[in-house]
Amino acid sequence: MEGFLSNVLNGLSWGMLLFLISMGLTTVFGVMGVLNFAHGSLFMLGAYFCMQFVRWVGSFWVGLLVGPPIVAVLSILIERYLLRPLYGRDVSFQLLLTFGVMLFLDDGVRLIWGAAYHLVNPPDILSGVIPFFSQTYPVYRLFLVLLGPLLGIALWAFFTFTRWGKILRAAAMDRQMAEIIGVRVPVLFTAVFAFGAWLAALGGALAAPHQSVGPAMGERIIIESFIVVVIGGMGSFPGAFVGALILGLMNSFGTTLVPDLQMALPYILLAVVLLTRPRGIFGGEA
Amino acid sequence: MNPLLRRQLIMGGVILAALLAAPFVLPMYWVIVLTEILTMSLFALSFNLLFGYTGLLSFGQAGFFGAGGYFAVLTLIHGPQSLWAALAAGLLGAALLALVIGWFCVRLDEIYFAILTLGFGMMLFTVAHNWRAVTGGSDGLGGFTVPEMSLLGFQVNLFNPKNFYLLVLFLVVLGVLLLLRVVQSPFGLLLKATRENSNRVSFVGANVRSVRLFAFVLAGALAGIGGALFALFNRIASPEMLHWSFSGKAVLMTILGGSGVFLGPAAGAAIFFVLEHVITAYTTNWMLFLGAILVVLVLAFPKGVLGSLLGLYARRWKGPKP
Repeated sequence: MEGFLSNVLNGLSWGMLLFLISMGLTTVFGVMGVLNFAHGSLFMLGAYFCMQFVRWVGSFWVGLLVGPPIVAVLSILIERYLLRPLYGRDVSFQLLLTFGVMLFLDDGVRLIWGAAYHLVNPPDILSGVIPFFSQTYPVYRLFLVLLGPLLGIALWAFFTFTRWGKILRAAAMDRQMAEIIGVRVPVLFTAVFAFGAWLAALGGALAAPHQSVGPAMGERIIIESFIVVVIGGMGSFPGAFVGALILGLMNSFGTTLVPDLQMALPYILLAVVLLTRPRGIFGGEA
Repeated sequence: MNPLLRRQLIMGGVILAALLAAPFVLPMYWVIVLTEILTMSLFALSFNLLFGYTGLLSFGQAGFFGAGGYFAVLTLIHGPQSLWAALAAGLLGAALLALVIGWFCVRLDEIYFAILTLGFGMMLFTVAHNWRAVTGGSDGLGGFTVPEMSLLGFQVNLFNPKNFYLLVLFLVVLGVLLLLRVVQSPFGLLLKATRENSNRVSFVGANVRSVRLFAFVLAGALAGIGGALFALFNRIASPEMLHWSFSGKAVLMTILGGSGVFLGPAAGAAIFFVLEHVITAYTTNWMLFLGAILVVLVLAFPKGVLGSLLGLYARRWKGPKP
């Protein structure tokens, strides 16, 4: 029971981080049709910036608030000057461009901060452990588990009730139609890309105290969040939530139950979902 | 025969002559680099049969490349001490895997195909990485000797990198000629037709799935022999050979050289390795430069380096294309 619950909590905390990054990935894909390989690198940048702010001012909260907007501004430059010239061309070129950006950012981080892993301490109020049955459980992970649904609700409210949210959903559903009724699509694209980057970087900043900060962290999460987005249904918001939870839980239970197979589990799940529901769980019919 | 292709064939002849002469004039270091370029060219060309000709972006091609390497090495460790047996095992093993995996993958399109092939490739990676007893786990599988090759009654010693280079050159040229024959055939036309519009191809009565599956198996088999050569040359088969980022290399080289030109991926492989060896002589941050170069190339050379050069040549000398 105890092991089961801690598995559930571990799975949920990783799932919440996956959810944040998948949310951005799926929004960018849904609206712009761009599968962004560099998204994991933006997640990684969020973690590094947060770490840097912790070093400079000693406050995790400053890093959490200031880091992600900086990444968003950087991503505006990427969208405006690198991606925009490619919209008329084949999708694979956009994929490759973001692949190049990923290589650049991953190695750039290595150049600036070195290849070593860095640790970020959680803020005082969230550090330490609480009693958990006969053992203890880190407070920070519980914080992530609670924060996840709150952010999920906030995002849901944003997409459902605000004007911008509605415009986003409209553009995700039918880009041309949105353009016809007067949505300024180029501005929208920039905004969506920046929004996705902000979400990814927020996930990265939140991940910093949860795992170690290193140059490989983006590469791992980008593939897992691709899987989340694909099995949930590309462009689907509930799909991203459900997919992230499934993958997070599978990760923690897989590690304890079938350690040898754990690495392959997400891919097996991916294959099974794609072959039975080619457009994902929430993706409608192919 | 269209003029673009004839120019490529002439160019191919010149390149072949240069490649044959290379081991006798170049220093050993560059012979080794050239061997790498040739094996990776075969890998990238096999990828481009799917990407450039059939319109399928496979992110799992490294799975077959790596599997070919492991099959070849496993044959040398447990089976007969024969180079040809090892290479055949790499080829057939990879082809068989491609048949099984392709049977699933060809049902999907576009991004879904890319992700599913990535998934299957990573399953193979997990097998290589975790099945320690057979594959040696993350350390890779080494500790074998490359047997002598008997050729027309001669025993050729492959410890000499020059001899190995000539073997690789011979097999890669065979593979390239086979690919050329395929893309020139009516079947190659069918591949391009499924790339352009798979619905219409179905309407005229062709079975899109089996056309794609055939291309997938052929590409897998050629990647497998490339991987077998790669593993034998490096004296090790390692799990990294199957990782999705290794598939990414094939994608990168292909776009670098130009996916619309038959020899584009090979040119891309050459540019990639020469750049890598030049840049890593100055800095360890090779990926940083590679990323920047890739971004510039995608923006400035939409048809790749070779594709753009050939296009430029055609415009310069033959007037605008009709």
